[in-house]
Amino acid sequence: MSLFYVVAFLSIIFALLVIFTKNPVHSVLYLIATFFTFTIHYIILNAQFLAVVNFIVYMGAIMVLFLFVLMLMNLNKDTEPMKSTLLKVVGAIAGGCLLVTLVGSMKTLSSASTTAMDNTGIGLVENLGKVLFSDFLLPFELSSILLLAAMVGAVLLAKRDNKTA
Amino acid sequence: MELEFFIEKTALVLVLFVLTLTIAAYSTWAERKVAAWLQDRVGPNRAGPFGLLQPLADGGKMFFKEEIIPNGANKYLFIAGPSLALLVSFLGTAVIPFGQSIEIFGRVVPLQVTDINVGILYIFGIVSLGVYGIMIGGWASNNKYSLMGAIRGASQNISYEIAMGLSIIALLMVTNTLSFKEIAAQQHGWHWNVLYQPLGFLIFLICAFAETNRVPFDLPECETELIGGYQTEYSAFKMGAYMFAEYINMFVSSVVMAVLYFGGYNYPGMDAVNQALGPTWGPLIGVGVMFFKIIAFIFFFMWVRWTVPRFRYDQLMDLGWKVLIPLAIANIVITAIVIVGFDLFNKL
Repeated sequence: MSLFYVVAFLSIIFALLVIFTKNPVHSVLYLIATFFTFTIHYIILNAQFLAVVNFIVYMGAIMVLFLFVLMLMNLNKDTEPMKSTLLKVVGAIAGGCLLVTLVGSMKTLSSASTTAMDNTGIGLVENLGKVLFSDFLLPFELSSILLLAAMVGAVLLAKRDNKTA
Repeated sequence: MELEFFIEKTALVLVLFVLTLTIAAYSTWAERKVAAWLQDRVGPNRAGPFGLLQPLADGGKMFFKEEIIPNGANKYLFIAGPSLALLVSFLGTAVIPFGQSIEIFGRVVPLQVTDINVGILYIFGIVSLGVYGIMIGGWASNNKYSLMGAIRGASQNISYEIAMGLSIIALLMVTNTLSFKEIAAQQHGWHWNVLYQPLGFLIFLICAFAETNRVPFDLPECETELIGGYQTEYSAFKMGAYMFAEYINMFVSSVVMAVLYFGGYNYPGMDAVNQALGPTWGPLIGVGVMFFKIIAFIFFFMWVRWTVPRFRYDQLMDLGWKVLIPLAIANIVITAIVIVGFDLFNKL
């Protein structure tokens, strides 16, 4: 349990640093560190497959692309667009609402969620695969179709220039 | 019991660490010797017999050279880049079984630091992390050539990771497990996976060259276009760290290929040898066989480096996206059809 608190503390620190650092590249690096702490959380929860997939997909691929784009744009403090105060206030209120909603939903969950954790072997690859291809086959296939559609859409957007020009 | 377990694992980690360092150091020597041999030269022969002390001399030189951090560079990230590259390259060997369990002083010791049930994915994650060293270092140098090298490294790694992952999926359909220990044990004797997955192995091999930034795909360095790519601004030990990381990555890729496709410590007639030599010396022969395979792969890496010219960047991307990925998908489909076909045939 103490390990959980250490890692959770680190997650929050890194997440705060993502927001408060001025340099966008540093911000992304802190985000990578945040994802790394999430990986540790998954391992503590005995969800090894989720941990390693989070590691590969988020840290290894998506964040590389984030970093890639930021390095190409070469953003500095001077070029950072300044938002108007109205937008800042609206953002703060919207974020506060989200926080309240999350806290509220967590509060109702707390009593029921302990029973779901009994079967701790669910996070292992073999069990997860069996569950995905039996109990959750339809949502699994639907989400894969969704991803395919997104992929085709991205290719289409990238290709469009060639045809018109 | 707990203490013995702790000592056993610590010893294994230390041996592995020293071994990795030694092999990486002597890879630099071997690279020059192989290059010299392929080009009909002598190669390094001054430091010690056959130039065997050359890596020590090089290491000493790396330490004593002047460290330069450019004025415009981001100081922390400039140091973090090579450190990260070196650190990540060491992590890979933790899940590799280097031999069958061995009996030492009446205690059975598995020659593997840890057997996690997602071993292959772990290696895959480590490989995908390796690119951060290059990206961070290249960006922090504040040099256009470095940045170009870093960006090339990132896009190359991401592109080839996909084909690599797809080739591994076909392998997993054959092995039915993600654990290195079980995969190695399944290839007992002559049942090496390369015989069941020849196309998958070829794809994996090509991707391994790309992931380690070795010659036909060393576009991130590419001295003819980018001076030195991501390591242009680096000097002394930080440059050495990048170079060392490359050789360690080469070693780790060779190890992974040897275990996944070439049977690891397995060889034909191993049962007879194990019976004749007993539970201590028998598995050691297997370890020797494993290292023979690893060194053969390292030699292959070098052989290709001094034979094949560098790809152009668009050719590299075409090969990755338009050739390797469709081939890997075709490989998955063929493997699936064959497996299902065999199942049906067995039921008849």
